[in-house]
Amino acid sequence: MSMKYTNEHEWIRVEGDVGTIGITQYAQEQLGDVVFVEVPAVGRKVAKGESVAVVESVKAASDIYAPVSGEVVEGNAALADAPGDVNAEPTGKGWFFKLKLSDKSELDGLMDEAGYEAFVKSLG
Amino acid sequence: MSDPAGGPLKRTPLYELHRELGARIVPFAGYEMPVQYPTGILAEHAQTRTAAGLFDVSHMGQVRLTAKPGHNAAKALETLVPGDIAGLQPGQQRYTQFTNESGGILDDLMVTSTGDHLLLVINAACKDADLAHIQKHLSATCEIEPMFARGLLALQGPQAAQALARLAPSVATMKFMTGTYVVIDGAECYVTRSGYTGGDGYEISTPADATDAIARKLLAQPEVKPIGLGARDSLRLEAGLCLYGHDIDTTTTPIEAGLLWSIGKERRANGGFPGAAVIQKQIAEGAPRKRVGLLPDGKAIAREGSEIVIGGKVVGKVTSGGFAPTLGRAVAMGYVERAHAANGTKVDLLVRGKPVPAEIVPMPFVKHAYHRG
Repeated sequence: MSMKYTNEHEWIRVEGDVGTIGITQYAQEQLGDVVFVEVPAVGRKVAKGESVAVVESVKAASDIYAPVSGEVVEGNAALADAPGDVNAEPTGKGWFFKLKLSDKSELDGLMDEAGYEAFVKSLG
Repeated sequence: MSDPAGGPLKRTPLYELHRELGARIVPFAGYEMPVQYPTGILAEHAQTRTAAGLFDVSHMGQVRLTAKPGHNAAKALETLVPGDIAGLQPGQQRYTQFTNESGGILDDLMVTSTGDHLLLVINAACKDADLAHIQKHLSATCEIEPMFARGLLALQGPQAAQALARLAPSVATMKFMTGTYVVIDGAECYVTRSGYTGGDGYEISTPADATDAIARKLLAQPEVKPIGLGARDSLRLEAGLCLYGHDIDTTTTPIEAGLLWSIGKERRANGGFPGAAVIQKQIAEGAPRKRVGLLPDGKAIAREGSEIVIGGKVVGKVTSGGFAPTLGRAVAMGYVERAHAANGTKVDLLVRGKPVPAEIVPMPFVKHAYHRG
């Protein structure tokens, strides 16, 4: 399926009942060089909107929020040694974690690509 | 953009150049300043450590002090700072601090003697308060000339000397912490061999209307690229240098901050600066806390405000922390109680509530590479 987006600049791509989550191209550009990523532990149950991961650029730390509720089934361990993947491929190998969704209807509240593009444009 | 503290933001003479270069502009100390250029902070940091980087630091304040007849500007300035200013030979530069009556630091500054004048470089965020402070105390003894419109360029890195010498050959033989008048591109500039990166380099004070042309000439040199405030911060952190308002402020003394080296021997003995009693007592008996370097295990970054803990007890706080690109790891500095300040002491840094093991280490984190001649 196609991606959905939050107004905190996370994306989620759902296959079956598992969603892969990362940050958008816009977000990585705003952050600048990413030097550290902390991903959640497998098995952690998270609520929509909960702070679940951290991304640090040279300048500052930022929280990553769960776009939907669910249980963490995988964190991207490769980011520990290659945090720059978030800059290079934010929607590819720079993904953060995967969630087993507990309520797929929560996806309906997220933006689609056109909606997110319009949202980013509105930020100027 | 507007200043979070209110009022419109000011621009340096290089604002248009920053825009042309694609800089990301942020409000900083009342100015619209470049935090980074399109290559990003890591590339800019590496550029400065391996070749040469050009920084716009025109937001900093420049002030010229000239003795009034029958007075001595260096002696006058010594009533406000603990540094040995009277001992400066013409062309020598020193680092010192404006102190308050409790020994706290109002600002830190560079002072250069030209023989006829003293040239001060003060922090952007403090410059109006500093000027008022100087005017209040030194108006009877000195002509005080704020030169806030002048440009200030920092050219830093191991190839800074060869790049600047192409425009001004005489700078090649300058030594660290000296200054001289130099004509660059037809404009009279004042150049010091100093900086805020821990590496070799220069700071170039330029007439406002010549700043843009000189900056472009420098950027046309093959060694030189523009560097923003983001890398300026990571460079100075690696060098273990204090950032005013973070690592030093009115609540920290020069002794707590590890800046005893900047206080002249005679001045330690004789005082005569604000807060001398407090500072002399700390020199004699030790300060209650000390600024230390911190090396966290692993990759988590302990930033400003993180608590420093030993056995569950808070013994201090991080004042600057970040990623050190040269080392590829996180570093930090902060204050800890004197009893726990020895190098090799194991501590925990609380990062988002979780303890990160760290060790107190000597600074700088990256060896200084000053050109001492």
